[in-house]
Amino acid sequence: MIPPLIFPIALMTVNAAGLQSSTDLAGFPTDSFLAFALAVPFIQGALFSTMNAGTDLARDVQTGFINRLSLTALRDWALLTGQLAGVVALGVVQAVFYLVVGLAAGVEIAAGPAGVVVLLVYAAIVSLSFGALGAFLAFRTGSGEAIQALFPLLFVFLFISSMNTPRNLIGVDWFRTAATLNPVSYMIECIRSLIVVGWDPEALLLGFGFIAVIGVASLALSSRALRTRMTRT
Amino acid sequence: MSAMWDVVSGVAWRTLKNALTNPQILLPTMMFPLFFFTAFAGGLSQLREIPGFDFPPGYTAFQFVFVLLQSAAFSGVFTGFGVARDFEGGFAKRLMLAAPHRSGIVIGYALAALCRWLIVAVLLTVVALAVGMNVGGGAVDLAGLYGLALLVNFCGFFWAGGIAMRFRTIQAAPLMQMPVFLVLFFAPVYVPLDLLSGWIESVATVNPATYLLETGRGFIAGDAPHVLGAFLIAIGMGVAFWTWAFLGLRKAEIAGG
Repeated sequence: MIPPLIFPIALMTVNAAGLQSSTDLAGFPTDSFLAFALAVPFIQGALFSTMNAGTDLARDVQTGFINRLSLTALRDWALLTGQLAGVVALGVVQAVFYLVVGLAAGVEIAAGPAGVVVLLVYAAIVSLSFGALGAFLAFRTGSGEAIQALFPLLFVFLFISSMNTPRNLIGVDWFRTAATLNPVSYMIECIRSLIVVGWDPEALLLGFGFIAVIGVASLALSSRALRTRMTRT
Repeated sequence: MSAMWDVVSGVAWRTLKNALTNPQILLPTMMFPLFFFTAFAGGLSQLREIPGFDFPPGYTAFQFVFVLLQSAAFSGVFTGFGVARDFEGGFAKRLMLAAPHRSGIVIGYALAALCRWLIVAVLLTVVALAVGMNVGGGAVDLAGLYGLALLVNFCGFFWAGGIAMRFRTIQAAPLMQMPVFLVLFFAPVYVPLDLLSGWIESVATVNPATYLLETGRGFIAGDAPHVLGAFLIAIGMGVAFWTWAFLGLRKAEIAGG
């Protein structure tokens, strides 16, 4: 519980302090880098949750707990729903924590109270989608180590995005292209738009659209992998 | 002397072989510095346009020095993880019984940390030059830069090794890497010191890593500031952490490995 709360905030604090002067760049959307960076913990925290939830489920597979469950009358969808409900609850707690830290540090949410509600709903959907991805990996590999080994890959998606610079201000062409192709950029920009801009339909549409696609695909894959894992022989 | 070298080379070879043949150890060591270099030099390159940012070789070289020093420190820290694993698994106990000169064990690990970093440094340098990094300094400047990084590597290892020999468990890994991570990131990572403001400026001003970083960046630009001060800091920290590590070895001996 503690690392998903503390590490994203620690990274944001260090980056916000070190990169404050980048708000002097022409075209930078805000004069507070903290407000600009506040979107990142929401996604980073969700990535942490993916790893933690996946690792816990993989342990259940490794220890034979899932095999014993398959001998009971438990329905596979109930297991998945219970697992994901926990991930979503944790995701909302994290989101509230990040929001409180941001507000306490002086960040103002440009979209107002309704924007806060949308932000929390989005955080819940991101947690659900990434949690389902973690569950899929756990059921598929059955190995906590394999899931931990994917951690650097998830970090690549986070860092090769618009997390520290708006895409239009990224000077290196290939990096801007990679950030534009990276769905994580749109998730960050969706949250960022609520904090920095207000109501930006394009950013919201892209952010919700990408997470919906990832969520539907992850849920389909995880439920299929669970069905295979719980096949009664 | 020969017996001492046998211990040093034996421990170094085994540690290096473990580090280079196990993908779970090798990949983070090699990939993370390249990844940080890519993310910082690529994603933040527009920072060179900030008023007051003056670093003639460019932002790629500016970030290269940070990542080089970071990779040096973390190659040392990751080798410290190996020391902890050896104690946890009982291998270090057998090693201490067999070695005629136990100080050779620590020096062997340190030699492995150095070799491990040299591989990363070569890879990082080749990639940086391949993407067009400008180098303003001459051969002497570059020798200074890599010499400074080598001292940082020793500091990183002797710090982490000292922790590993005191706690003798891999669970002490966060204690080895978090302080190093914080010291490095509380330095002027993204922009020069005079462009920082607020609490980070105050912290960076008293952070010894700031002076190593500024001198390193000066070496690559061909105009290094406070060279003597930076080397005195690095050597001073090296001596302090060397003592810390050997006191850790004594504690491990008293505890029976």
